[in-house]
Amino acid sequence: MTAIYGLYDDPDTAQRAVDGLRAAGVADADIQVMSSEPFEEYEFSHRDSGTWMHWMAGVGGVAGFTGAYLLTTITQQSWPIKTSGMPIVAPWPNLIVLFEMTMLGAILASVLTLFVTARLPKRLPALYDPEVSNGYILVGVQGPARDLTAALEGAGSGRVKRIE
Amino acid sequence: MNRTRNNPLADDLVRPLLHTSVWFYGGVLVLASIVACGAAAWAYQLWYGMGVAGVNWPVFWGFYETNFVFWIGISHAGTLISAILRLVNARWRRPVTRCAEVITAFALMIGAIFPIIHLGKPWLFFWVAPYPSSRELWPNFRSPLVWDFFAINTYLIGSLLFLALPMIPDFALVRDRTTGLRHRIYGALALGWQGTTTQWNRLETAMGIMAIAIIPVAVSVHTIVSFDFSMAHVPMWHSTIFGPYFVAGAIFSGIAALIIAMAALRRMLKLHAYLHPLHFDNLAKLLLLMSLLWGYFVFSERLTVWYGNVPSEMAVFWATQRGAFAPFYWTMVVCNFVIPVSVLSFRRLRTIPGVVLVSCGVVVGMWLERFLIIVPGLSNKQLPYSWGYYAPRPAEVVIMVATFAAMALLYMLFSKFVPIISIWEMKVGNQPHPVEAAHAPADLAGVERVRS
Repeated sequence: MTAIYGLYDDPDTAQRAVDGLRAAGVADADIQVMSSEPFEEYEFSHRDSGTWMHWMAGVGGVAGFTGAYLLTTITQQSWPIKTSGMPIVAPWPNLIVLFEMTMLGAILASVLTLFVTARLPKRLPALYDPEVSNGYILVGVQGPARDLTAALEGAGSGRVKRIE
Repeated sequence: MNRTRNNPLADDLVRPLLHTSVWFYGGVLVLASIVACGAAAWAYQLWYGMGVAGVNWPVFWGFYETNFVFWIGISHAGTLISAILRLVNARWRRPVTRCAEVITAFALMIGAIFPIIHLGKPWLFFWVAPYPSSRELWPNFRSPLVWDFFAINTYLIGSLLFLALPMIPDFALVRDRTTGLRHRIYGALALGWQGTTTQWNRLETAMGIMAIAIIPVAVSVHTIVSFDFSMAHVPMWHSTIFGPYFVAGAIFSGIAALIIAMAALRRMLKLHAYLHPLHFDNLAKLLLLMSLLWGYFVFSERLTVWYGNVPSEMAVFWATQRGAFAPFYWTMVVCNFVIPVSVLSFRRLRTIPGVVLVSCGVVVGMWLERFLIIVPGLSNKQLPYSWGYYAPRPAEVVIMVATFAAMALLYMLFSKFVPIISIWEMKVGNQPHPVEAAHAPADLAGVERVRS
């Protein structure tokens, strides 16, 4: 695998590097930015912010609710014992189980979506530099079609590295 | 803006993971010994039967249920408070959240052990789980104990995920700063985290959704624990106020536990630069608010019972006001209301030692409150022939003490292996606020920021 990346110690320079790569004709989807903290104030952080996670949480909640409904009603109808003068399928107590399972479904669906869309867990890929954990921001391209050194160096002070 | 200036922050917060003092080993040894005593006491109970515990007719619920309710209450320190502060975007929350969330995880685990201990035959615990037994009997979904199963497990799973997800970036940071076996272990825990913008976006979205979902779950958990009591026709249990009363008490004791834990961490891990007096001051204000709320609930409950003048309830009422349980009752009132209101109302007295002392009192007071809800009611049921007496036996006391040691031990071990303050969230907190940055001098704000 070949790659080229720059390490920048501030987000402004990193943003200029991203803009420089775009100007050099690199597609947005091919530009990788890595940091040890999120930078919500910078445009480069929002390139891939659209997600279905909220909808998936809703789907998980519906699945949890349905599962709980089936569990409680089928169970109570399978062994119809009357207790405390309550109906066989007792809606008030069942609501508690329905609520808990709905929330659990929503939580688990969110986490599952996180893992799938963030592609976790995985082996640490080649395009990574431990300097990211020291506060540097990595801006790079995997398998560049042409030399992007100038685009990365033009952003400002930073170190440009290559993976051959 | 030089991002690498955050390195001292990471150095400070990773240091406890890499260097171990002799005090740590000593502390672990002492606490583990106490936990071992608790395990031995439980083994003794298993061998000789429940007769070695003080619970007997008519007081079938004693120390074990008191501790169950107490620890579930303590668990409200973390995830609930953390989620609320996250949703309102309180900036001061950053050093506090993980310290708090850890309490939730461990307190829930410890609390959930007590019903199992109380079963006497813990190997039959799976009968509570919702699946058909060999006699084709299904668990009774109309039983509050089955509701507990769902509520506690939902809250435990949610809290563990809420705690674990933000730890992934910190594991990656530790992975990159270590070598050898540590590097491999933290590498596995980091799950291949790179810190790409996609990963950050997804993590923050997931945390936002979970913060919204976990708050009603947390409220439901202690409401359902209160249903264990309020669904029964026991004097002073069958009350509609129990749900919110229990939730308020849980948050109250949870904040107190959090303050004590933070003070201990600040001292032992030398986190003075991160856990400021401001954090204790803010939590002390919350503690004061909850003390007032707790006082309001106790007053409402007592006034209603006293005004109703139902003989069976009045027997319990007077047993706690001026009878055998009065010393515990008034100690509870002093610890939970008189001292917190007297001390925390004054800024001068809201010092770290002052707040910690008040919190210790609140923990004692809230434990007594749980005891006073459970035991007097069972000791003085509707008919005098069913009145009885309860005194804890050594096995119960040892097991209770061991759970406090277990909490401390788990907390120590956790802070040894995981940065107890979220490093990446602290870094975000150090980023200049957009308004501040716009008005900051050029050398502080860095070059012009790009906002598209």
